[in-house]
Amino acid sequence: MDGNQRPNQVQGQDVGSPPAIRMVDVTKQYRRVAQSHKFLTLKSAFVGGNIFKLLRPDEVFTALEGISIDVARGETFGVIGANGAGKSTLMKIIAGITKATTGEVEVRGKISALIELGAGFHPEISGRENVYINAIMLGLTRKQVEERFDDIVAFAELEEFIDAPVKHYSSGMYMRLGFSVAIHVDPDVLVIDEVLAVGDESFVHKCLDKIGEFKRRGKTILLVTHGMETVRRLCDRAAWINQGKVQAIGDPPRVIDSYLEWVAGQEEEEMSRLERDRVSGLGQGVDRSSKQPPDELGMQGGEDASVNAPYEVGRWGSGEATIDTVRLLDAVGAPRHVFTTGEPVTIEIGFSLAKVLEDFVFGIGVFSADGVSCYGTNTDIERFEPAVLEGSGVARIQIPAMNLVPGTYYLDVAIHRRDGQPYDYHRGLYSFRLHSPFGDVGVARLPHRWSFEGGVRWKREGGIPLDAGSSGEPLG
Amino acid sequence: MWHSLIRLAQHRVLIETLVVRELKARYRGTVLGFLWTFIHPLMLLGVYTFVFMFVFKPARGDNVDPYALYLFCGLLPWTWFASSLSEGANSLVANGNLIKKIIFPAEVLPVVAVLSNGVNFLLGLPIYLGFWLAFRPEGISVHILLLPIVLLIQVVLSLGLVMFLSALTVHYRDVRDLLANVLTLWFFGSPIIYPLDLIAHPTARAVLEFNPMTHIIEGYHATIFVGELIHWKRLGVTGILALLVLVAGYYFFDRLRDSFAEEV
Repeated sequence: MDGNQRPNQVQGQDVGSPPAIRMVDVTKQYRRVAQSHKFLTLKSAFVGGNIFKLLRPDEVFTALEGISIDVARGETFGVIGANGAGKSTLMKIIAGITKATTGEVEVRGKISALIELGAGFHPEISGRENVYINAIMLGLTRKQVEERFDDIVAFAELEEFIDAPVKHYSSGMYMRLGFSVAIHVDPDVLVIDEVLAVGDESFVHKCLDKIGEFKRRGKTILLVTHGMETVRRLCDRAAWINQGKVQAIGDPPRVIDSYLEWVAGQEEEEMSRLERDRVSGLGQGVDRSSKQPPDELGMQGGEDASVNAPYEVGRWGSGEATIDTVRLLDAVGAPRHVFTTGEPVTIEIGFSLAKVLEDFVFGIGVFSADGVSCYGTNTDIERFEPAVLEGSGVARIQIPAMNLVPGTYYLDVAIHRRDGQPYDYHRGLYSFRLHSPFGDVGVARLPHRWSFEGGVRWKREGGIPLDAGSSGEPLG
Repeated sequence: MWHSLIRLAQHRVLIETLVVRELKARYRGTVLGFLWTFIHPLMLLGVYTFVFMFVFKPARGDNVDPYALYLFCGLLPWTWFASSLSEGANSLVANGNLIKKIIFPAEVLPVVAVLSNGVNFLLGLPIYLGFWLAFRPEGISVHILLLPIVLLIQVVLSLGLVMFLSALTVHYRDVRDLLANVLTLWFFGSPIIYPLDLIAHPTARAVLEFNPMTHIIEGYHATIFVGELIHWKRLGVTGILALLVLVAGYYFFDRLRDSFAEEV
């Protein structure tokens, strides 16, 4: 593949043998031609105009800008980034499916691209025939397919179904066969775009093993994935692409950290925007109707914390006392909406009132995105005896370790009477998100420790880091 | 151009595989399966014979007896031509997955459209010849040996048009709708349901002479139906024209090639 023939010499970075993939200042622009313009071009094309010139774009979208990456032979290179960052475009350019608008791309050796598994499968014909056709499309000869056929089928675990039409395959079977064919093409350079996201756990492991085998055999692998753990485990180097530009390149842990930091920043922005919308959408007025608060919080000392009532966002109460601000603070007291499981979090409630109250309770409740109560407590449950509430002030509840599993959570905060009558009840107006380097499941992460005795050995010991920083590994 | 033709030759196995896939997939799931390749032209023969012999009798010149055999002699290659064009025009769009998702030589697709319909034609031909033997005891003329020349010219012309149309369809889906009507018009503008001699009006005659399909269809008539030599000069000119169409079509295709993966 020769890209655009521009006399564009690459500078330096000569590491012995030439790189397997070399990209110099690659820019890709997608053109959008407006429909009205298209009609004109069709007309003028028939009248004898130059259609190539007339298909000039009205709008240009720059998908990639000035990308220069060298991937050395035998290197496993990860590409990460948000959706729409340009990762797939980059892969397509390297694979030669689309051409760069400007810049130079050079790939040494036979390349195979796993951009969509089973892209060439025809639903009506059998798996066997599709294997042949797909493999030939990917560049094998008939004889080579014959030699590898049994391996392909065995790897896909489809021995029983290989003669059934592909339309009867489950999506997992389809993907397995697609992956198996593509991997048995045995390329020098393997481009994998996000295809590991499909398939069940065991097949993903098999794929990763196969990729590991490729790596050992000194093949060059380019891997696009959202699985940070995969990048960490497999890649020698990584690049983070954002809005068509390389944001960071180098050591995978460092690149991943800067990416995750950016993601947290984006989420933080989004969450606070949503929260602002929710709070301002309700106005500052308090619904004075004597609406009863739902019963599932710990607010009334209720025992039954199950949720059956729909979780509706809102605010109500008598207004004798009002909650003016609610903030979530991190360890250093900075307001945030995105935390890592295990981090300390402080919920801060700023209140004010006109008269003096002698019957009051502060309460909070945490709900998962699907409305399940995860935790609720209040001062009454915890045997606080109210004396006087007057003027204004701040209530804080410190949680030394926010040990809920990763996800988005909604927060209820309230000031109410001991019999449950609310002064001001904020339901689901505030939210926060938890991340975790681990995919543990359930509601809460119970503090735990693994220990083993006897014939147990590990290649690598896992575990939940005590510091629970923004990633599973210490920063470089 | 030559470079591209060589590349196309390198994709021979791929083309072959895809043609077979196309034919297999077409009749998969039907009870009669591959037999349809034969039954389809037979039924078409029945329909056209009924229409043009009993319902509506077009004026006929001499030498078109039996009319059903005359009709089918032109209809069979026309079906190949028309379905090549309509399928071929759509081939890039229909196989967008291949162009967008894998490293795939796009020019293979229009070629496959023309060739897979060609195979259908070649499978229909023996049926036609069988009928011929049944109706005309004197047998098949040796001039049928010249048929490959006619076939070749049709292939070249179809390829050129399909290259052009498929690339254009990527940018203008309207082509598909337009093409269906153009093909109907073209059908009546070719000597398929009537013999060429019947057209006396000078303008109409000139239009027919200008139509390359006229000479190709006449080539089929000559080698199969009449049993005479092909018209070397007319077919020669048509052949050169077909070649020019192919070169132009391929050039057009090649110029727009880079846009396929984005526009499909």
